Amino acid sequence: MAGSQELHEDKPMINIKINNKDLKVPEGTTILEAAHKVGAKIPTLCHLDLHDIKMVNKTASCRVCMVELVDSRNNRNKLVPSCVTTVSEGMEALTSSLNAIAARRMSVELLLSNHPNECFTCAKNLECELQALAQELKIRHIRWEGERMDYPRDLSSDAIVKDADKCIYCRRCETMCNEVQTCGILSGIGRGFEAFVGPAFNIPMVESSCTYCGQCVQVCPTAALTEVYHVDKVWEALNDPDKHVIVQTAPAVRVALGDMFGMEPGTIVTGKMVTALKNMGFNAVFDTNFGADLTIMEEASELIYRVKENKTLPILTSCCPAWVKFIEHQFPELLEVPSTCKSPHIMFGTIAKTYYAEKNGIDPDNIVVVSIMPCIAKKAEAKRPELTKDTHNNVDIVVTTRELGYMIKEAGIEFESLNDSEFDNPLGEHTGAAVIFGTTGGVIEAAIRTAHEWMTGKELEQIEFNQLRGMDGLREAEVQVGDKVLKIGIASGLGNARILLESIRDGKSKYDAIEIMACPGGCIAGGGQPYHHGNFEIIKKRQEAIYREDKNRKIRKSHENPEILRLYKEYLGEPFGETAHRLLHTHFEERERI
Amino acid sequence: MTKPHEIDVYEPVEGELPKEKFDELEAFINSLESTDGALIEILHKAQNLFGYLPRDVQLFVARKLGIPGAEVFGVVSFYSYFTTEPRGKHTISVCMGTACFVRGSDKILEKLKEKLQVQVNEITEDGLFTLKDIRCVGACGLAPVIMIDDKVYGRVKEEELDGILDTYR
Repeated sequence: MAGSQELHEDKPMINIKINNKDLKVPEGTTILEAAHKVGAKIPTLCHLDLHDIKMVNKTASCRVCMVELVDSRNNRNKLVPSCVTTVSEGMEALTSSLNAIAARRMSVELLLSNHPNECFTCAKNLECELQALAQELKIRHIRWEGERMDYPRDLSSDAIVKDADKCIYCRRCETMCNEVQTCGILSGIGRGFEAFVGPAFNIPMVESSCTYCGQCVQVCPTAALTEVYHVDKVWEALNDPDKHVIVQTAPAVRVALGDMFGMEPGTIVTGKMVTALKNMGFNAVFDTNFGADLTIMEEASELIYRVKENKTLPILTSCCPAWVKFIEHQFPELLEVPSTCKSPHIMFGTIAKTYYAEKNGIDPDNIVVVSIMPCIAKKAEAKRPELTKDTHNNVDIVVTTRELGYMIKEAGIEFESLNDSEFDNPLGEHTGAAVIFGTTGGVIEAAIRTAHEWMTGKELEQIEFNQLRGMDGLREAEVQVGDKVLKIGIASGLGNARILLESIRDGKSKYDAIEIMACPGGCIAGGGQPYHHGNFEIIKKRQEAIYREDKNRKIRKSHENPEILRLYKEYLGEPFGETAHRLLHTHFEERERI
Repeated sequence: MTKPHEIDVYEPVEGELPKEKFDELEAFINSLESTDGALIEILHKAQNLFGYLPRDVQLFVARKLGIPGAEVFGVVSFYSYFTTEPRGKHTISVCMGTACFVRGSDKILEKLKEKLQVQVNEITEDGLFTLKDIRCVGACGLAPVIMIDDKVYGRVKEEELDGILDTYR
C-alpha cells in the first residue's frame, strides 16, 4: 500500500469516515487503502498491487472487497468495490456491516459455485487464494448449484499448465503478461459465463509466443496457471539403480527455498539444501554456480573479443531462456546481438555429460542431470532441440524451487533442523560472482569482475560494483576499465527489455553490454520461486541475501575458480576457443509472433 | 453466441484470401486519423470485406495496429456480431427470441439442422448456407420468424422449409 500512498502525497486532503472513525486521506486514495489506515482489513482477490514493478491489477471483477457506503440523505446505502472506489468529501464507509459481509460472501459463493471441487488434489492446495478466502470468510455452504465450466486442460507446453476451469477471471495474468512483460499472450476470451483467459485463437500455449517466464503463474490466485510438475520423474530416476543421478541448484534457489518451510524471507539455506538433496539419494550434489562461472569465462571473453575487434555491440547476456525466447519471437532481426553462450545450467549439463562422464568413466547415457531452478522457462529450454541433440540431453529434468520444497516435504525430511553440507566436487566449486547471477544486475557484475581484470591485467581493488546494483527495472551505469569506459544497461522484466531492444533496433543504443532478465527483479522473483502472494518485500530480502552469500565466498571472481581453471586446462583449452565453442555455445532462431 | 470452446483451433488460411482485400483493409486503416480505439471499427470493415474474420485477417489487423493478436481475438470472441468462420452465400437466421421460441422456432431450427446437415454457426457443404440462431428481430407478430439474408419469413411452418430453401438453390 505504501507505494500507492506516495503517489497521492501532494494531493488535497479529503475528510471521510470509515467504520465511524474520522480520518483525512489524500485525494485519489481508494477506500481499500484508507481502511488499512484505521486497521480495517478488507479481503481482496482480484486486486493485486505490485507497485515495485509498476503493476496494479484493478479489474474489480471479483467483487470480494465490497463495502457499504452510507447515504443517509436518501436513506439508501449502496455497495461498492473498495479496491477501485476512491474517496470523496464526507464519504462514510462501513467495511464490516452485515450488508458488506453478505455481499462479500455471496461473491465468494458464486465463484465457488463454478469452481472445481478438487482442492485435495489441486496443484495449489493450501496455496490458493480463493481457498484461503473461503476459509477466511468461513464459507460453509454454497447456495447455488448449476452449470460449471468444462474446458480441457492445456498440457501442450513443457512449462506451463493452463486449466481454464479454475480461472476466476481476475485477469492478473493478463495484466502481468500485457502491461509488465508486454508479451501479449494472454487475453480474455469470450464473454459472460464461458469467459476465460487464454492465447489468441485459443491455440495451445505451445503454439503461442509465450516465453514461459512464469510471471502469470506467480500471480495467479488459483491453479488456473501452474508449472508442469516433474517431481515424479526425479523420484523415478533416483530409484533406477542403473542411473547416475546428479543435481545442480541455481543461485536464486538457496535464498528462497526456506520460505517453503516457514523460515524468514531471505534466509540463506545453501547448506541445508545440499544436505536435503544428499539425503534424497542423489549420487552427487553440484551447483549451477559452476556453470555460471563457466558462463562468465565465455561471456567475458566474448565481450572483450567484441569490444577489441569492433564487432556487434552491445552484447546481451543470454542466461535467461524466457528472455531468449522473447527476442526470438519479438525481435528476430536482432538475433546477432545476444551472446551465443548457453545458459549456466545447460553448460553445466554439457560438461557433466562430457568432461565429468569421461573423468569418472560413466556412460553419459546413464547420467541423469536434474536442475533445480527458480524458473519455469528452464523446463522448456531443456527440451529445445539444439540442446538435446548428440544422443543425450544436456539437462534431463528441471524442477522448480517450489517443486524441490514439495519433494523435501514428501521425503519426510525435517528441513529446518538439517545440518549444513558442502557441495560435491568438482562441479560444486563456485565463486561469489556466480552466486549473484540470481539477481538483476548480478550477471553483468560477475562478467565485469572478470573482464576488468583481463582487460587491465590488474587485480581489482574494489570487487563490488555498486552502480550495477538495485531493484529498478531499468538501470544504466558506467564502469571504468583501464582507459575505456564501458556503458552498461540493465533490464529486468520483459517490458523493460523491450525498451532497450527498441533502442538497439533504432540504432539509438549507447551501451556496450546489456544484462536482461525476464522476471522483474531477476531470478530471485522467478516464476518457479515460492509464491510471494503480492509481497515484493520478500524479493528485496532475497536480493540482500544473494549479496550476503557473495560476501561469504572466499573466491569472488569466476576466473579464479580452481575447478574451472582445471576444466579449461584438462579439457576445453582456451576460453572462447574451438572446443568451448562446440560445447558451450548455441544459436537462436526466428520464431513466429502470435 | 459462439462459445469459446466451440472455437476451433483453426489452421492459418493459406493462399485463399485475396490480396486486394488486404490492400483495401490496409488503405482503410491508413485513412484513419488515429487507430486508438478504432479496433472494432476496423474489424467491422474487415468482416465486410472478407465475409468473416479468419486468423490471418485478425493477425493482419494486430500487426498493422501494433497490438497483440490475443487482444484482437479477445474482442472478436467477445462480440457475437463477429464471426471467425466463413459464411455461406446466404445466412439463415432463426429467431430464438421468446415469442418465436414459444411458437416453435426451436423445432424449426432442429429441422433446418437436419435438412442442411449442419450445426449452428456452420456452413453447408456446398457453401450455400450458414445457419445461425439469433435473438429477437422485432417481428414478434410474425412468430416464428426466420430470415435469409435480409428477407424475413414469418409464421414459418416446418413443411414450408424445403420450398423456401429451394428459392436460393
